[in-house]
Amino acid sequence: MLDKAIVQRLQDVVGQENVLTRKVELVAYSYDATADMPHQIPDVVVMPTTSEMVQEVVKIARTHQIAIYPRGAGSNLSGGTIPFKKGIVLSFQRMNQILEIDPANLTATVQPGVVIAALNSAIAGHGLIYPPDPGTVATATMGGSAAENSGGLRGLKYGVTKNYIMGMEVVLASGEKVKFGGKTVKNVTAYDFSNLFVGSEGTLGIITQLTCKLIPAPKFRRTMMGIFSSLEDAGNAVAGIIAAHVIPATLEIMDNKTIRTVEAFANIGLPVEAKALLLCEVDGMSQDLVNTEAEAVIEVFKQNNCEYKAANSDAERDQLWLARRNALPALASLDNTCIVEDATVPRSRITEMLVACEKIAEKYNVTIGTFGHAGDGNLHPTILYNMYDEELTARVHLAIDEIFATALALDGTLSGEHGIGLAKMKYLGDELGQSGLDLMRSIKEALDPDYLLNPGKMIPLPEAVA
Amino acid sequence: MSGEMTLNAGCTAPTYHDDLRLVQGELDKCMKCGNCMAVCPVYSVNKDEMAVTRSKIAVAEAVMKGDLSMDDPEVSDMIFNCLVCKSCMTNCPTKVSYDRIALGFRAALVRKNGLPWLKKMIFTGLKNPKFFDVAMKAGASMQGIAFKGDRKMKAISPRSPFAMVGGSFGFDAGRKMPELTVTPLRDRVSEVVRPAEVKVKAAFFTGDSLNYFYPDAGMDLIEVLTENGVEVHVPKAQNCCGIPVLVHGDIETARTLAQNNLDTFEATGCDYLITGCGSCGGAWQHDYVDLFANDPVYKAKAEHWSKRTYDVSTFLTKVIQFRQPKGQVDAVVTYHDSCHLKKTMKVAAEPREVIRSIPGVTLKEMAAPDTCCGSGGSYVVSHYDTSASLGKNKAQDINQTGADTVSTGCPACMMQLLDNVSRHGKEQKVTHYISLLAESYRKEKAAVH
Repeated sequence: MLDKAIVQRLQDVVGQENVLTRKVELVAYSYDATADMPHQIPDVVVMPTTSEMVQEVVKIARTHQIAIYPRGAGSNLSGGTIPFKKGIVLSFQRMNQILEIDPANLTATVQPGVVIAALNSAIAGHGLIYPPDPGTVATATMGGSAAENSGGLRGLKYGVTKNYIMGMEVVLASGEKVKFGGKTVKNVTAYDFSNLFVGSEGTLGIITQLTCKLIPAPKFRRTMMGIFSSLEDAGNAVAGIIAAHVIPATLEIMDNKTIRTVEAFANIGLPVEAKALLLCEVDGMSQDLVNTEAEAVIEVFKQNNCEYKAANSDAERDQLWLARRNALPALASLDNTCIVEDATVPRSRITEMLVACEKIAEKYNVTIGTFGHAGDGNLHPTILYNMYDEELTARVHLAIDEIFATALALDGTLSGEHGIGLAKMKYLGDELGQSGLDLMRSIKEALDPDYLLNPGKMIPLPEAVA
Repeated sequence: MSGEMTLNAGCTAPTYHDDLRLVQGELDKCMKCGNCMAVCPVYSVNKDEMAVTRSKIAVAEAVMKGDLSMDDPEVSDMIFNCLVCKSCMTNCPTKVSYDRIALGFRAALVRKNGLPWLKKMIFTGLKNPKFFDVAMKAGASMQGIAFKGDRKMKAISPRSPFAMVGGSFGFDAGRKMPELTVTPLRDRVSEVVRPAEVKVKAAFFTGDSLNYFYPDAGMDLIEVLTENGVEVHVPKAQNCCGIPVLVHGDIETARTLAQNNLDTFEATGCDYLITGCGSCGGAWQHDYVDLFANDPVYKAKAEHWSKRTYDVSTFLTKVIQFRQPKGQVDAVVTYHDSCHLKKTMKVAAEPREVIRSIPGVTLKEMAAPDTCCGSGGSYVVSHYDTSASLGKNKAQDINQTGADTVSTGCPACMMQLLDNVSRHGKEQKVTHYISLLAESYRKEKAAVH
């Protein structure tokens, strides 16, 4: 429990209604969307509405050496917002104003609590979109997704969050506020601070304002689905599409376990013996171009021994998307615990990774369904198990260790879009080596020497190492 | 395991209403993904995660583990701060039945602490339909003392001394409520209403709101059915559907009410049961089945009627092909999706089909027609500020359409809409969609004569 005087000071800064201290309120901020993580109840939840308030809260925390856990919607999948060392959860859900939409410069300036979908609704009338689309767009905040550098289904063609953040205002652990970047497309002034803070998972500074890039909404799209009887054919089709110089907006893959589970869950007529399913969507500003790309994709599908379907209407498109939309819900319904990983490999090694996941499932006798973004190599091996079964849980943990080791062996990476947080911290040295870990610690300690900002995430606490 | 979770003495066939441990499976299904946050009306108002279903589940888990106590007022306040609109359930990837968790908790709380005296008094009244009927009629004849009438809107508002007391929970002088009727619906019609030529027989479950607050809409519903050759049975022995007591955790009263309804409708010999209220229809389709899931006698009865219960719009469009109306009704109508009609009964296209069939009517959709209006039954009284905020948003969405009429399929929504269009709207007419169809049939007849 925090000293009453500290709570009073926090109330003076943000207003009494923006400080939560009741037990049930604290429980509501003790977790995020990550499975298999310990929950921790914070001492207090503070909901600022201006960056000045954030500065004052940081100064109070610094004086009393209290941990601060910045939080958007708490929808991340790496344990990134769990208040591991108690202290203050700094929720940005009430700091949610869209400050400016600038169609001339194709930018929007927002407070961190703006929900991604709300921004997209606000700019739709201008014919613009903000492309990063993590699965949780309807809840995830701009600040949270910038801190996590979220990806999504359109990463292959449109990139991820870091490609759209042009400027920021950040409150540092010192309580000072810095502003950098802005509305200019070109800006090489000073270090590229945006790329330092995007993806820093709240460990280096607290994002209090963002200027982001918008693009014209694509006017046309075509959607196709291919069903393959061998994983190899599916992998070759992915390579073939890129070799044909088509960059689809979406190129999703599902393995046999996922196909079977979706079919049992939703009865949409998928062939349960199929080894892989590819969902491909091309989009663009001209109907001709989009049609040409669609035909090229279909040609590649034909060359790789698959059955394919192409949608000719929105209703048919929805039908093709049904399988993908149901992938996670269907898998998650298999058991009471669902871990979604995001090990990522170079596109050319997708087939090897899918085969490895199947072998790992067999070796440890655990249930793994794999689906994901084939176009950018970002797979979601999804592990289902009964958390009340300790022996099974232990095998699941071993299987996950091996999934990450395999991704690294295939020249891949630990995380394509979920981040490191608490969940993957133990593997970090395997990818970065000691010199990489040391570099991270140097940056952390330069910006947050007292480990006040999201402590215990990404970089182990000094006492945990010693 | 603390005592409150376990059974009432003498309960031999427990459901989650009787034994809180039976909701553990539902709790385990929750991934905490937060999709419920995107659609929770309570969260949309205060941006406090405590309102969101995944948080309620986290608190429920803490209670099950013994980390929190269920009769801690913080816990019970949180569990009750929910409109039970079920929006979260329609958006949940793993299909967590939060309604079952909430009902299980509310029932367990009542088992442990009993009902608050006010609820106890009202619910006891509901259980005795004859006494309740007399009380409602007495209330109707005396409402002039506390309320002043507004003939144009067919509404009443609290008079000043009562408004001063009631202002804190929304019963200020600006509040509009439907008049209580001296002659309820079921006293206006005989138990069997026969059309000239009988094509099919159906029983009409009126529910209390249509019976006491909107009997005209109830009469319209009967008229529409008879116009389509339906012999309508309106048994006088029917009583409240039980939802109002069920959501407050009074399982015993809910079961008593449900049993009487099941027996009463069995006696009609009809093949179909028609409702004009999403909550009542939802009770017949789902809650009775859950309440009697292990009951040797009533399980079969509940399942029988579950499959034969239709909202009147579904009955008209899917079961019989209703006669296309010809009478001109000049109105620009916007349709509000009642939560229980759309999210429990899955009825959304059918009322629109009915509205579009009427000559002269233009249907203009509002933004987010299925966002909760904030009624939530008694939630409007217990959490007035949140409810009012949602009602105001809804009124503004209605204003945006330019419609002169707002239509819905739920009497409770009608009450909330009536109050909010009078406060924030342009005094749009509030109507059950079935009344628009009835009006068209009437105009058609008038033109012939």
